[in-house]
Amino acid sequence: MFAQQLLNGLVTGSTYALIALGYTMVYGVLQLINFAHGEIYMMGAFTGLLLVTVAKLPFPLALLLAMGSTALLGVVIEFLAYRPLRRSSRLSVLISAIGMSIFVQNVALWIWGPSTRSFLPPFPVTAFTIGSLRTNTLELLTLAVALAMMVGLHLLVTRTKLGKAMRAVAQDRETAALMGVNVNRTIAFTFAIGSSLAAAAGVMVGMLFNAVTPTMGVMPGLKGFVAAVLGGIGHIPGAMVGGLVLGMVEVLGVALLSSQWRDAVAFAILILVLLYRPSGLLGRRTQEKV
Amino acid sequence: MALLEVRELTMEFGGLRAVDDVTFDVHQGEILSIIGPNGAGKTTVFNVLTGLYHPTRGEIVFNGHRLNELKPYQITALGIARTFQNIRLFREMTVWENVVVGAHTRLKSGFFPSIFKGPATRREERAAREQAYRHLEFVGLRGLETAKARQLPYGAQRRLEIARALAADPRLLLLDEPAAGMNATETAELMELIRKLKRQSITVILIEHDMRMVMDISERIVVLDHGRKIAEGTPDEVRRNEAVIAAYLGASASAGH
Amino acid sequence: MLDWADGLLRSFINPYYYGILVTIGINIILALSLNLVTGFTGQLHLGHAAFMAVGAYTAGLLATKAGVGFAVAVPAAGLAAALAGVVVGLPTLRLRGDYLAIATLGFGEIVRITLLNLDITGGPFGLRGIPRQTNLPIVILAVVIAFAVLRSLVNSRVGRALVAIREDEVAAQTMGIDTTRYKVTAFTVAAFFAGVAGALFAYWFRYLNPSSFGFMVSIELLAMVVFGGLGNLLGSALGAGVMTYLPEFLRTVAPAIAERRLVFYGALLVIVMILRPNGLLGTSSEQGWLEVWLARRRSRPPEARSGAPRHGTPPAAQGGGDGGAA
Repeated sequence: MFAQQLLNGLVTGSTYALIALGYTMVYGVLQLINFAHGEIYMMGAFTGLLLVTVAKLPFPLALLLAMGSTALLGVVIEFLAYRPLRRSSRLSVLISAIGMSIFVQNVALWIWGPSTRSFLPPFPVTAFTIGSLRTNTLELLTLAVALAMMVGLHLLVTRTKLGKAMRAVAQDRETAALMGVNVNRTIAFTFAIGSSLAAAAGVMVGMLFNAVTPTMGVMPGLKGFVAAVLGGIGHIPGAMVGGLVLGMVEVLGVALLSSQWRDAVAFAILILVLLYRPSGLLGRRTQEKV
Repeated sequence: MALLEVRELTMEFGGLRAVDDVTFDVHQGEILSIIGPNGAGKTTVFNVLTGLYHPTRGEIVFNGHRLNELKPYQITALGIARTFQNIRLFREMTVWENVVVGAHTRLKSGFFPSIFKGPATRREERAAREQAYRHLEFVGLRGLETAKARQLPYGAQRRLEIARALAADPRLLLLDEPAAGMNATETAELMELIRKLKRQSITVILIEHDMRMVMDISERIVVLDHGRKIAEGTPDEVRRNEAVIAAYLGASASAGH
Repeated sequence: MLDWADGLLRSFINPYYYGILVTIGINIILALSLNLVTGFTGQLHLGHAAFMAVGAYTAGLLATKAGVGFAVAVPAAGLAAALAGVVVGLPTLRLRGDYLAIATLGFGEIVRITLLNLDITGGPFGLRGIPRQTNLPIVILAVVIAFAVLRSLVNSRVGRALVAIREDEVAAQTMGIDTTRYKVTAFTVAAFFAGVAGALFAYWFRYLNPSSFGFMVSIELLAMVVFGGLGNLLGSALGAGVMTYLPEFLRTVAPAIAERRLVFYGALLVIVMILRPNGLLGTSSEQGWLEVWLARRRSRPPEARSGAPRHGTPPAAQGGGDGGAA
């Protein structure tokens, strides 16, 4: 029973991790909480849904295209709402991010209406048991996709030139620029990658819960952020760990309290982390230079 | 008893030891300079003195009070004020407002008196404003009172920072590279200003790279390198000290910043 | 006397506009108080609706379950919200900008979810049966009081400390300002007024539901403040007025657009931040035309004595035509 809960938590947690990665990467390079990230996740889900049901594309292609187009959306959002404010105060860019979030969500509401759409996987889903644990192909696919993404990201960040550029910009934007790094392009790529991960999460969650709706990004967005903070904001492995931990704690919380308080668990964790260990589980303490 | 006693001060950030076992005294009424190559830990010493960091090891005693655990605002109340290397003015406030904020600790009006302004509060506000104008005149910024701080030219901003620090009525004033970016005339004016401060019985600790100014105005100098104190003494003594010369890698002792 | 004034107002304002004016008044109080925290102190506060909720439900419960009168319930609601402000503020205001914003958001959501799950508040069915005791003269009075108090606070030693915190928190600390204490003070004062506004809301709409106090409402309030000008009290009143009335107006003229007002709010926030970050009326360090005029009079500094000021000596009052009022 306990192990079953953990497995469920692992599955949701892996989606939180994918969302959290987008937050943490953007925070790393821009010190910005991208409030619109939850909406990017939602747009990914919608794109995936439309590609599968309307365009009738095979699943792998639909997933990749959804990720790609959402990556583009992320880049556009950065260009419109954040780049003009690169030199402005943190408050300004945070407000702009909030505005973007509301804008995208309500545009989606305008286009698609508030009703929840069904997202049936375009492949057969078989349930089976491993020992005493019940699961199905969809859940395992979710775990597989998430794992693949995380491994891919890790390789990207540690082995490629782009990854190095991202780490450089995250540490010291001006010096990176002086060293010849194209900061604008690096930041755009960061948004693109983070957004594509969120899109993948959106598609998988859409199918897991058989529900896609314009407001589906709000809670997961906030929870993804909580996961990022839990793991140490700006710290990529931390986002992965934070997501998984949050998923499992949430499931346990629901088992112990009740499902009505499910969302409150995430916020309670957030507040506790912010108060007692703001650098997160894996993050490093940073001092403001005076 | 010296006005300020710094004993075995050590400041570590994770693995980095920015200040390493530094000991020195500052006596009432003197002008002391802290010099050293970049990264020597000078500003860190100021940050510890003003409570922005708490020392990893060591003791700071100011006028009989132990400063180690105190918060910045408590240290200001005890009589230490400072300026910043990177100019931290309140940019959207006017020049005189910046100075009056400096006097925050010396004013008394609390929350409710601030809303329901009785005669005592009004008197205090008026006095604070006039005192601010006087401080501005002292540093030579007369006539600029209602400009926004961000509109001032660089040299004027540095002087405004000093006026703001003076508003706190300090016994000890910490000036962090006040002459940075100034030409010879401005530097001479600044030196005159510091001498005026001394005549007001304000003790001054100065961090500076402009060696001409340091040698001219300081009564004593403390030299830091890589967080450690490598020399201390009068300008003449320091100028001839081999360790100091080595630390600066033979850079000309009269090199300005 | 207020009933007399009310009779007078109702005689020439039709019920529809009367209701809009009441709502505008409530929103003005909310926007003014939020501005204190976000505009003047520079702390992004995403949970203001939660303090409104605390006030609204406190008043609502006092009215329906404890039979407490309006004149007691409204200040009590303010105090309850202020208490919540202290409880939330003390731990979270140690946090830096973005983290603080998220923490306030988190608390706001926790309040909403709690209200949704408690039986005593009616849960998702809400709280009904509150008598209608708010009227336009009362709201106007509340707005005037809130404006006067906040303006006085802003143009004082406390107000300067708040702006200093906004401009540079580290420098403010070094100037002798206990930044945590002042941030909590701003937060608590703002919460008080939000609670009062919530009580007025409860006694007007007569029915409370947790969904009226969610994150989106906090965002709409933020939009009002940003639109009118962060750090500009008059601007907040303007922003509240425009953004309360405009959707109503659009609903009659172009209903399709009115339903999508959030699309425009979102775009508005982005565009205002990019093009005119100081909002419609801008940020002014001195509020209002009266103060600006006084400031011009004061910019002729008092005649100073020759020579440098001796520090530590209280200055004698000088001439200089200064009216004295801060």
